[in-house]
Parts: sequence; C-alpha cells; structure tokens
Amino acid sequence: MHNEIFKEYESKLPMGIINDLKQRVPSNFSQAKLKKVLELACEEYELMKVDAGEAVGLLSAESIGEPGTQMTLNTFHFAGVAEMNVTTGLPRIIEILDCTKSLATPMMEIHLESPYNKGKEIKEFAESIKENRLKHIASEFTVNVAKAAVDVTLSQEKLTALKLTVPSVVKAIESMRGIVVKADGNIVTIKPKGKEEAINEVFKLKDKVKEIYISGVKGITQVLPIKKEEEFIIVTAGSNMKEVLQIEGVDAEKTITNDIIEIAQVLGVEAARQSVINEVKKVIDAQGLNVDLRHIMLVADTMTVTGNIKGLTRYGIVSEKASVLARASFETPLKHIIEASISGETDYLNSVVENVMLNQPVPVGTGLPGLVTKNNKKEEKAKYL
Amino acid sequence: MDERFVYRKVKSIKFGIFSPKTIKELAVAKIVTPELYDKEGYPVDGGLMDIRLGVIDPGLTCKTDGQKLKESLGHFGYIELARPIIHINFVPVILTLLKGTCRECGRVLLQKQKMDTLKSELIVQEIEDGRAEKKGKIRDIVTLLKATNKCPHCKAKQLKITLEKPTTFMEGDKRLTPIEIRSRLEKVPDEDCEVFGIDPLSFRPEWAVLTVLLIPPVTMRPSITLESGERSEDDLTHKLGDIVRINQRLFENINAGAPEIIIEDLWDLLQYHITTFFDNEVAQLPPARHRSGQPLKTIASRIKSKEGRIRHNLAGKRTNFCARTVISPDPMISIDEVGVPMVIAMKLTVPERVTDWNMQHLKKFVERGHTKYPGSNYIIRPDGKKKKITDETKEQLLEEIQPGYTVERHLMDGDIAIFNRQPSLHRMSMMCHRVRVLPNKTFRLNPAVCIPYNADFDGDEMNLHVPQTEEARAEAQILMEVQTQLISPRYGLSIIGCVQDAISGNYMLTKFVTLTRNEAVDLLLSSKVTDLSRLPNKEHISGKEIFSVLLPEDFNFIGKSRGHTGNSEEDKKNDTIVLIKEGKLISGVMDKANLGDGSGLLLRTLHKQYGQQRTIEVLGKVFRLGIETLIKMGFSACLHDTDLSENARNKIYETLDAAYKDVDDFIKVFRDGRLEAFPGRSIAETLELKILERLNKARNETGSIVSKNANKASAALIMSDSGARGNPLNLAQIAGCVGQQAMRGKRIEKGYRHRTLSCFKKDDLSSAARGFIRSSFKHGLTPAEFFFASMTGRDSLMDTALRTPKSGYLYRRLANAMQDLKVEYDGTVRDANKKIVQFAYGEDNVDVSRSENGRLNVARLIEKVSE
Repeated sequence: MHNEIFKEYESKLPMGIINDLKQRVPSNFSQAKLKKVLELACEEYELMKVDAGEAVGLLSAESIGEPGTQMTLNTFHFAGVAEMNVTTGLPRIIEILDCTKSLATPMMEIHLESPYNKGKEIKEFAESIKENRLKHIASEFTVNVAKAAVDVTLSQEKLTALKLTVPSVVKAIESMRGIVVKADGNIVTIKPKGKEEAINEVFKLKDKVKEIYISGVKGITQVLPIKKEEEFIIVTAGSNMKEVLQIEGVDAEKTITNDIIEIAQVLGVEAARQSVINEVKKVIDAQGLNVDLRHIMLVADTMTVTGNIKGLTRYGIVSEKASVLARASFETPLKHIIEASISGETDYLNSVVENVMLNQPVPVGTGLPGLVTKNNKKEEKAKYL
Repeated sequence: MDERFVYRKVKSIKFGIFSPKTIKELAVAKIVTPELYDKEGYPVDGGLMDIRLGVIDPGLTCKTDGQKLKESLGHFGYIELARPIIHINFVPVILTLLKGTCRECGRVLLQKQKMDTLKSELIVQEIEDGRAEKKGKIRDIVTLLKATNKCPHCKAKQLKITLEKPTTFMEGDKRLTPIEIRSRLEKVPDEDCEVFGIDPLSFRPEWAVLTVLLIPPVTMRPSITLESGERSEDDLTHKLGDIVRINQRLFENINAGAPEIIIEDLWDLLQYHITTFFDNEVAQLPPARHRSGQPLKTIASRIKSKEGRIRHNLAGKRTNFCARTVISPDPMISIDEVGVPMVIAMKLTVPERVTDWNMQHLKKFVERGHTKYPGSNYIIRPDGKKKKITDETKEQLLEEIQPGYTVERHLMDGDIAIFNRQPSLHRMSMMCHRVRVLPNKTFRLNPAVCIPYNADFDGDEMNLHVPQTEEARAEAQILMEVQTQLISPRYGLSIIGCVQDAISGNYMLTKFVTLTRNEAVDLLLSSKVTDLSRLPNKEHISGKEIFSVLLPEDFNFIGKSRGHTGNSEEDKKNDTIVLIKEGKLISGVMDKANLGDGSGLLLRTLHKQYGQQRTIEVLGKVFRLGIETLIKMGFSACLHDTDLSENARNKIYETLDAAYKDVDDFIKVFRDGRLEAFPGRSIAETLELKILERLNKARNETGSIVSKNANKASAALIMSDSGARGNPLNLAQIAGCVGQQAMRGKRIEKGYRHRTLSCFKKDDLSSAARGFIRSSFKHGLTPAEFFFASMTGRDSLMDTALRTPKSGYLYRRLANAMQDLKVEYDGTVRDANKKIVQFAYGEDNVDVSRSENGRLNVARLIEKVSE
C-alpha cells in the first residue's frame, strides 16, 4: 500500500528523500498519515531549493578550500598493518583536482570472481599479477670477464612459485635487442651481440638486464591480498587498469584504481567524474571533515564538462574560459592579453572578475535580475530626483 | 547624480593592436626630444613630460583638455621610429607567419582548397571542443606548413627561417632586418591570416613590427619630488628617455650617411631599449637597470603577478570608511552586534540626506561638530562639494543647510557595518553586524561568532566597513547579517555555537547542578533572561529545568550527547539521550554535540522551526547561562586534576613494561632471523610495523587507564568530557605516558650514524632508542625523550608552514575555475557562456544551507505527523 503512495510522489521529491522516508516510516503508519508526511516533505523540499542566481560555484570552492587549511600535509599514513602506503590529506586533494598524470602512490583494488574471492589460491593469483623483472627472479648477477658476458643465476624457488620455466624466461629476455642469450641449467648467459665489446659495456649491460620485463602486469609493483567484508581482494601498489581488467578471474565491475586519468581512458568520463567524487570524499572523510557531497559533485562536473577530464590549472579548465580578463586575472596575464589581441577576441563581460575590474555589478546573485519600468513623463521623473 | 560623470555600462571589450595610423590619430603630441624640463623646471614642448600629455604638477593646465592636476586623465603621444622595430611580445607570431607564408608572394604555403577546408574546420572546432582544442589544431597546421618548402602559388623555393632569441630572425645564414620582415608581413593577404588564428581586422601582421611608438600619458608615469627638491622620474620615463635619445641619434646618423655598421649598432640598441620598455624580464636580455643596480619596472612587470595591475588594482580594490583594530570578547552584547570603540565611531561616518522632516534632527549633529559625540564630520552640498565641519565653519554651515544637503554623521548604535577577519576563506568571514558604540579601543564581539571568523583573542585584528548608500546597507543587512549566516553552506549545520566556557558551563549545569530557587533566578537574570514564568515553582530546581527556561515552549527534539553508544542501558546510565518535550529538557546532557558548531541537529532544528532571530536569541542566552554558571560555581583546572592513584600508576607502569618486553621479544626474533614477513613487505618493515602497533596499543591502554581512574568531577575532565577543550589523549599524555614520537609515519630513525642519539648503542631498535616516550608530561621527560619530542614538534611546525601556502593556492585555483558558475532560472547550473554544468544543482536542487546536514530531516516530519 505504502509503495503506491510513494510512487505517486516520485516525480515531486528527489529519490534521496523518498528512500529516507521509506526507511523511517513505521509499517503501521496509516495511509492518511503517510500522505500527510509526504505533503509536508514536498512543502519543505520546495523551501529547500536553491535560488536562481546563487553563486554555487564559489560556494563549492569555499567549501573545499576552507577545510583545506585544516588538512594534514602528512603524505603517508598507516591505517593498520595490512595496508598499503597511500597519499592522503592535502597532497592527495591537490593531486586529484590537478589531474596529475603520475600519482605519488597509484593503487588498485582488484575484486575477484569466485572461487578466488573466497580466498582460494589468492596468494598465487596475486603473485601472478605482480610485475616481475629479471632482478626479481634471479638470485645472482655476475659479470663473466673471460666470456665478456653476464651470468644470471635464476632462483628455482621463485621460478616454481611464478610457474615459469627457464626457456620461457630466456624467451622473455630475448625481447631485448642486441643480445645473445644462452641457458645452461639455471644459469642464463647474456652476451652483447656482434663484435667483442669493451668490458665496461658488459657492466652496463648487467644493469640493463636487471630491468627486463618477464611476467605479470606491467606497472603493478606490489600485491597484497586482504580480506575486506567477507571477500578477498587484492590491493596493489601501481596501477594498470587496462590489462588487469582483461585477466581471467578479475571482477571487472568492481575493480577500481585511484588513477583518475586511467579511469577516464579505460571507462570513460562519466566513470572519471564518479571517481573524482569518490576519491575526494574519501580524503575528506579520512580527515574527519564534513563537506557536503554536492560541492564535490560540482567540482567533479566542472572538471569533466568538456567531455575530457581537465585539471584545475592554467592549462586545464581555466584556459577554457571565454573571458580574456578572467583568464588574465588567474595566471600568466600577459600571455592571455597578447593572444587575445592577435586573434581579436572580444570579452563580453559575462562572468564575475571582469565586472569587478570595471566596477560594474556582477551577474550573479542580486546583480543578476534587471528591472523594467515605464519611462514616465519628464516632469514626473524630475519630481523624484 | 553628479553631472561631471557619464554613467554607462560597458558591454564588451575588444582586444587588438593599434595600427601606426591609429597611433598617430590617437596621439596628441609628437615627441622629439629626450629633454624633460627646461631651466625653470617647466616641461619642454615635444619632450616626454609635454603638458599636452597631461599634467602632474599642481598649477599647470593640460594643453589638450584644459584641465588641472587630478582632473585631466592624460593623453597619448608618439614617436616616429627611425627604423622599424620588432615588438618583443609578437615575436612568436612573426616567426610562424614567416615560416608559414611564401617569401616571394606572401601567401600561405597551402593550396587554396586545403586552406578553405582548414579554416572551416577551425571554426567548427572552436564551437565544439573549445579554445584549447582550437589552439592545438593551429599548432598542427603550423607544423604542417613548416614542412612545406615550395610555394604552391608562385612555386618559389622557401628557405629555412630561424629565430635567434630574442628578436633576430635569420633566413638561412642571412639576417632578416625588420624592414624586410615588415614588407613580407605586408604581403600576407587578410584571408590567409585566419589559418593562423589571426584576426586581420584587429591584428594586421605588419603592425607587429613597430614604425611608430605610442607614448603613455604622463599621468601613468608620474615623477616624484624628493625632499631635496630634486625630481625623481618614473621607470617608464627613464626608459622612454633612452628610446627617444637613441632614436634621435639613429635619425642623425642615417641623415649624415654614416657607415652601415654604426647604423646597425644603433638600430640594435634601439631594439633593446624598446624590448625592455615592453618587458624587462626577457630571458635572453640583461634587464635594464637603475644606476643603483635594481632592474627597472616596465610595462610587463606593472601588469604581471600578485602585485601587478590586474590582481592588485583591478581584481582587488581599496575602500574608504573602514577601520581595523584588535578584537576582544564580550558575551554581553548580542551575537549580531559589534562593539565599536568611541574613537572609531567618531571617525567613521554615515551619510544622511537632509529632508524637511529630519533637518532639525540633523542640525543638532552639525552643531555638535566633529569633537562631540554624536556629531558629524562633513557636509556635502548638492553640487558634490565636501565641507569639513570645524568650529569656524559651523555657524555658516548651519545657516546654509537645507534639504538636498547630506550630513556625514558619526557612527551610532544600530548602524549597519560589515565585519571581517582575514583570511576570508568562506562567506562567513564577512558578516554584517549592528554597531554598538563602546568605550575603550578594541572591537568587541560575542565569542559565539569566533567560529565562523576563526578568530581568537590572542591579538587578532579585524576590519570594519561602513556601507554608505541605502542600497548597500539593505543588501548587507538582508544577505550578510549574522542571523542569515547561521547555517553553513558547507554542511548544512549551524556554524555558530557555544565555545569553551559556554559548553563546559552548560554541561555542568545540566549534569550535576541543583540550585535553590533564589540562586536559579539570580543565575537566569544575570544571563539576561527576564522571562521567568517558565521556571518551576519549587524550592530546589535542577540544572536541566533552568536550561529549559531558555527553550521555546513547544519545542520537541530527540538527539544524542557525546559518548552516545546506542546501547540503551548504558546511554540511560550516562544520560546521553537528549529528549526535549514541550520545551523541557527531560534527559540528556548539553555538551559540544548539541551546542557546538557543526555537530548535532539541536541548533539546526531550532533554526528550522523558529527562524534565525529566535535562534540567535536562544543561543545568546544559552551562551551567557553557561558562562554565568561557571562564574557562580567557580571553575579552575589544576595539575592535580590529573593525579592518579598509586594503583593506577602501577598499572600504567606494568602496561608499559609489558609492551617494552614484547618489543624486545620482537627484536630478538628478528635478530635470530625467525621473523616472518608480512605479505608484500620486507622483514625489517614488518618488524617496524609490529613494534609500532604494539607501542600504540600500549599508549592507548595507558590512555584508558587514565580516563578510568581520573576524577570525573575535576575541571580537566569536565572540559574534555563536555568537548569544550582538550581530549582524552591530552589527558593521557599529561598523566599517563606521552607515547611514540613518529616522523613521516615511522619511528624516529635519523640522527647520528646508525643511531638516533649518541646515548644509545648503535643499531639499537628498542622502544626508547627510537623515540618512545614513556614518561608523562606531569612527571617530566628525560633528556633523550625531550629531544625526540622537540623533533616531532619541529616537524609539525614545518608542516603548518608548508601547508598554508599550498592550500591557499589550491583554494585560489578552485575559486578561479568555478567563480562564474551559477544557478539559472531554469534550475540548471551554468557557466558564464551558458554552458550547462549540471542539470539540477547537486542532482536534487537542494541548497545545502537550507538543508539539515545535506538532507531533509524526515524523522522530524514523521514525529510531527505522529503527534
């Protein structure tokens, strides 16, 4: 019964209020009373709506900027023993809003499909995702002066753990150009191709060889299987969403990364917008601050309106502004003025700063409406002057 | 309205550069001599200070408009350059144009067809993808053009053109003179310019090579007269002097037929001077300097940076009618009042228009003059002339005064003023208060408004602005008054609440206190509560009943106090369920969760049901009640508040000893190589984590021992329990143990080689050697412990010092990016170009400052209907 009444009001009230009511209204509530509550909610909701002309952008900027002064600068924090290092606080907020390309601590949370999410073979699964370079599976690197080559002793233990064989490792090494690879048991000999190389070339080669990619997902430097709410997931340091999502056994719907640009590339802007909201919210909550979600949403929306994700920098959304003076008042004023004169731009003074500069009313809030009045006879006008 | 000014609204501003022709039309004088003044100190005709360009000396009149100093805005002049000069700011455009057009015929190095398609593509791109994308596209076209080496129009072979920074262009090995460059740019047809994103109407390429130079008016570069009577010219005048002098010499040399080398040298010198005139911070050039060696401030540096024209003078303005002084608290004035010192009230004025009806009233103000309060300082005649009221002029002005005049009277009680504290981080940093003129020399404010201003009284200063027109006053009062700012737009809860003493006072009152009727009446009256009809008529009155007197009669509320657990047994015992029925506080303690800012719905609900005016009245009374309670009962925190029993002390020692032992065990296991690493960590990291965890646990244990054993009735605990000041951790550090000093989330590692301090053994990993402080503040720290504490102290100082500018910059960028987003009449959020950012603000159109913590409090509605 209740549901029908609720349905009636779905067009009048936002879902948030309806859901709240659904939860709170006791089941023995009479229909008449329910209707009364809903009417009351509608009435109050109308009163809660924003006024036209409200400078909501500035409100959001204040609401995020002001608590920024209270945030810690401490980059790292340990939430417990089984946690990765993550950037939090102000540096993280700056990172998100700037749309920084290379994050200080990229991270993924890989959700798994059954049976892995029950914890079966999760360690092995995690290890298989981790990026392995030659230095990770080798126990020793030596330079063989007599042969002018590098001898790499592979660790049998690690090979079996990663389900690798010596030939497969040799194959991976051969992807590097300009070398000859020979395997003898667990020892792999790597020689520079061609003519006899100077011995210091071999030493250089030794360092290069260490970084050869062998297996796993590129970019994932650390893996940590943990249990989170009845489910096993893998937390990783380093991020590579595109490849991780393609691995069998990974729950592509739940798996996320904290690299917003990567999300934009793999999942699209809408996902990036949501992830900006989530990430900012996460930091603000962790700092024990209270900022309404609407403000964060508006920031995320301004970052993504163009269809691409853009940071709050002079190269990002600020450069998209139509007003020359608004751009000039932010950063690099000369550059903007000169460019404007070259392309003969016109500033129509639609936003706030330009009008402040010219001592004119700004077109927000009370500066927005105009009044229309009849132009009465001259004498009448004179009377009021 | 003042007749001298023309009031017009600026609709748009077009950017472009002047052609030589416009410069000559615009200019009122041709400058021919570098001399400034003649022997009498009179500006030379045709010099840089020519009085046709405006006047900066009193007594002179401008030859162009006949106006005097401060009236004439100044006029431009020009000089004819002997040879063309490259404008430094347009060097990049000139370069792309030279590279992209034919050296013979001046056309773009593109087929006609291709050019047309590219042009239309550009237009589409700007509309669809925005400016940044268009710029990228132009860059692509330019790279394409650079690769072309044969003109498709006249088949001429193109040579490679390079730029030798800053202003020399080379074609192959040959230098291109500005004359050649200019003639090439002249050849570029208008329609070809558009491919480069150039608007030929406002920017003809050849105008970027100067043949005449516009001289800014003298009013833009006023000289100052030093005490010695010597004149000191502005940096721009100095630079212009150099330009005129070199230009003159160049003319002479050319006319005299001097050798090419000399002419070229002079030409380069002129180029240098003109370049530095525009921008004295060009990377490749040595900046032009004063004799003292400090670089000249020329046009570019006048515009740029925080102190430049744009950010300093245009985006930010200075005001009159403002005051600034130290602030101090006064809970006895209302929350929306501000105490203004008498001296300030006699300097700041409010203009009042004289009418038939108030003339007698205003005349009294004039009569009292500026020395007697409340008097007036100035009279403004209808023609705009301002007259100071002095003892001599008083009589005459009193005669003269009639409707139409304006009297600037002293600031009085009830006037409107805007009060502000920097940094103005949110809109509550500037609120409108009513003036209350008080003795002494500080601004007084109710301590409840400290929170939105983020003010304290350790020497903070604040600013006061007095609006001067009716419109401004009305707007300030309706939009900015304290009452209207009660609910923060950040989270939809009250941002104004009780602080410190007011919280602990109300906590004590509602928790322990029972008073006799006489005492209760006394208490209420001294907190300015005069309506005692709701005080129960009995011998002994509980604190809750006293508190209830302040609440509205029909107020119903259910809430939680601090330490609410949800376990009803326990909550009942601790009295943490706040229940207000019919304006009576039935159960629950008033503490920070109810009375503080940004916590709990008590104040929010009060505001929703009874409106802003009622809320600040109640809040003001509650505040004073809390303070008066403390005054009546006495409240002092002392060291022995944190004293612990022998038993408790021993327990703390035991806990710490146990932790120390565990840590030593971990280290032993580690040294034996038996420690098992956590996944994804090395063994050493694992050990650190384990130790850190164990020691933190130990500190928390000592903390709970302290809270359990401390005297609940002591002032220190009342403060921490009510949330007024301090937290259990502070108490634990005073009474129990200070705990681990951590730097960057790790135990202290750095210091001497292999150890933190020289009093420890090398590679000592034990608790004490890595910054664990087992002493309490009360018992004192050992020297090593003290040193560790100072290390983290310094670290956190550094943190704050680095954070402020970082968050300030973030805030500036946020504000700049979002400042023109507003809600339109159709409910969408749009930017200045009417581009839709959100279809409904926050997806539900709800204004946060009208919400209850971001939502509608449905529980309240259900309660209301259920009654």
